[in-house]
Amino acid sequence: MAANITDKGDYQTLNTLETFSFLPKLTQDEIYEQINYIIAQGWTPSLEHEHPSRAFNHYWTMWKLPFFGETHLATVIEEMEACRRAYPDHHIRVIGYDNYTQCQGAAFVAYEGR
Amino acid sequence: MSEKAYEAGVKEYREKYWTPDYVPLDTDLLACFKVTGQPGVPREEVAAAVAAESSTGTWSTVWSELLTDLEYYKGRCYRIEDVPGDKEGFYAFIAYPLDLFEEGSIVNVLTSLVGNVFGFKALKHLRLEDIRFPIAYIKTCMGPPSGIQVERDKLNKYGRPMLGATIKPKLGLSAKNYGRAVYECLRGGLDLTKDDENVNSQPFMRWQNRFEFVAEAIMKAQEETGERKGHYLNVTAADPEQMYERAEFAKELGMPIIMHDFLTGGFTANTGLAKWCRKNGVLLHIHRAMHAVIDRHPKHGIHFRVLAKCLRLSGGDHLHTGTVVGKLEGDRASTLGFVDQLRESFIPEDRSRGVFFDQDWGSMPGVFAVASGGIHVWHMPALLAIFGDDSVLQFGGGTQGHPWGNAAGAAANRVALEACVKARNQGRELEREGRDILTEAARHSPELAMAMETWKEIKFEFETVDKLDIG
Repeated sequence: MAANITDKGDYQTLNTLETFSFLPKLTQDEIYEQINYIIAQGWTPSLEHEHPSRAFNHYWTMWKLPFFGETHLATVIEEMEACRRAYPDHHIRVIGYDNYTQCQGAAFVAYEGR
Repeated sequence: MSEKAYEAGVKEYREKYWTPDYVPLDTDLLACFKVTGQPGVPREEVAAAVAAESSTGTWSTVWSELLTDLEYYKGRCYRIEDVPGDKEGFYAFIAYPLDLFEEGSIVNVLTSLVGNVFGFKALKHLRLEDIRFPIAYIKTCMGPPSGIQVERDKLNKYGRPMLGATIKPKLGLSAKNYGRAVYECLRGGLDLTKDDENVNSQPFMRWQNRFEFVAEAIMKAQEETGERKGHYLNVTAADPEQMYERAEFAKELGMPIIMHDFLTGGFTANTGLAKWCRKNGVLLHIHRAMHAVIDRHPKHGIHFRVLAKCLRLSGGDHLHTGTVVGKLEGDRASTLGFVDQLRESFIPEDRSRGVFFDQDWGSMPGVFAVASGGIHVWHMPALLAIFGDDSVLQFGGGTQGHPWGNAAGAAANRVALEACVKARNQGRELEREGRDILTEAARHSPELAMAMETWKEIKFEFETVDKLDIG
C-alpha cells in the first residue's frame, strides 16, 4: 500500500444547512446561547421553518412575524417549541434581523426535520 | 478679474498655492501627501508645488490663465504637519475644488492627484496617504455592483465570514483537472473558490474550457451539499472586448461571481466591468496584483487605503486586504483602517489607524474584505477577531495542502470557522482561547485534527516594512 493511502481520508460529502452545520448538533443550551447573542446585538429574533425537500429555497415559511422588540429568551423558546409541535418534520431556522444593515446578522438551523 | 495685468516669468508656487488661512469646503476633495523635499527647498514651497502641479499650475505663468478664474479652480495647500519619527518628511494637506474632477471618474481623480507631480524634481519622495472624497463626489460613482448585504442574501451566508480558496497549482492544470480541484473544495465545505490572478486564458487552459468545467463542478457541489457555491471566474483579459465576452459567458453558464484585477487591468476596465455586473446581477471579486509596487514604500507611492477607497468607488464586491497574520505584508492597525473604508458608511479621522480624514460614504454599498495568503486553521481565531463576519477568509495551501485532499481540508477549515463563530457568540475571547476552541472542535473532526497537526509549526514573523508613522 502506498504511503499516502491510509485508512482515513475518504471524505464523504455532507448535505449541510449553512452556519453551524459542520459542528455537532447544538445542544439545547447552546441554541439558547446563540439566541441570547442575537438579542444582545439588538437584532430582532425570528423563526422560519421548511420541509427538508425544499430547504435550498431562499424563502422558508415564517413562523408568525419576527419578534420585534422581544428581549426575553423565554418567549423565543416558547415560540420555537410551538413551531416544532406544529411542524415536527420541518427544519427550524433561527434568524437575527439587523435593521441597520438590512441583512440577517445571524441565521442557523436549530432543529432538523426528518 | 480684469484689474490683473499679465506678467510673464517664473513665480514661486507658494505665492498662489500655499494658503494657510483657507478653510476647506465640504465639497472639496482633500488629500494628504507625505512629502520629502530636496535639501534646501522650504516646506511651504514644496507643498505649494505639489498643490499646483496636481491641479492648475505649471512651471511658468501663461497669458491664458487670465481668461479664467484660477482662484476658483486651483488646488491649495492649507496645512503642513510634521511626520512623527521622520525628520525630513512632512504631511501636506491639499484641498481641490470639486469642479476639477469629472463625475464618477476615479481615473480622472488619480490622473490629477498622482500624475506628473510624482516625478517632480524638487521632490525626493512623495506619497499619497489619504483622500477625503466629498459625499457630493461619491454620489456620482456607482460603487460596488451588489455589496455585502446583497451578496449575503444571494448566497445565503449569514452570521459568519465566507470561506474560500485559490485553486492551486496556480498555473499549469488542464481545465478538467482544475474543475476537479474546485469541486473537491466546494463539496468539502468551502463557499467559494478562486482563479489565481494570473490564470487568464493560457495555452494549457483556455478560458471557455475552464468556465465550463468549473460550472459543472459548482452545480454538482450545490446539488450534493444543499448550499450555495461559487467560483470567481477571472475575466481579466488583454482588452475590454475579451473581458466582456468572458463575463457574458460566465453569466450564460449561471455563474454567480466573476473576478477582475483592478490595478493591472486598470480603473477604466474595472469601472466598466462593475457597471456590467450591476446590470447583469453578477458579483465581482477584485484582486490587487501590483499593489505592493505602488503602496509598500513608506515614503513614496500611494498608500493602499487610497487604492481601497478608489476601488470602492470604481466598483467591486470583494477586495483583498492582506491577512495581518499570514505570509504577506500588513500592519494590523493600518489594515483595520482601510478595512473600515471598505465596509462602513462613516469613518472618523483616526491617526492611530492611519486615517487622516473623516470619510462619509453615504449609501454606497460595502465591500467584503478578503484575507488571503499563507493562512491556515491555526490562524482562524485571530482572523475572525481581526476581520469579523464581513470578510472572506481564503485558505489556498491551507485547504489543498491537507494530507487527505481538498475536501477534507475544506471541512477542516469550515469546522474551525464555525467553532470560532460559535465561541465568539458565547462571549469567549478568540485570540486568548483560540487553541482551546480549536482543540475542542477537533475532537469531533478528524479532518481538523489532521490539519492542526500538519500546520502546527508554520509561522510568518517578519517586521512590517511599511509601518504607520508613530513618533
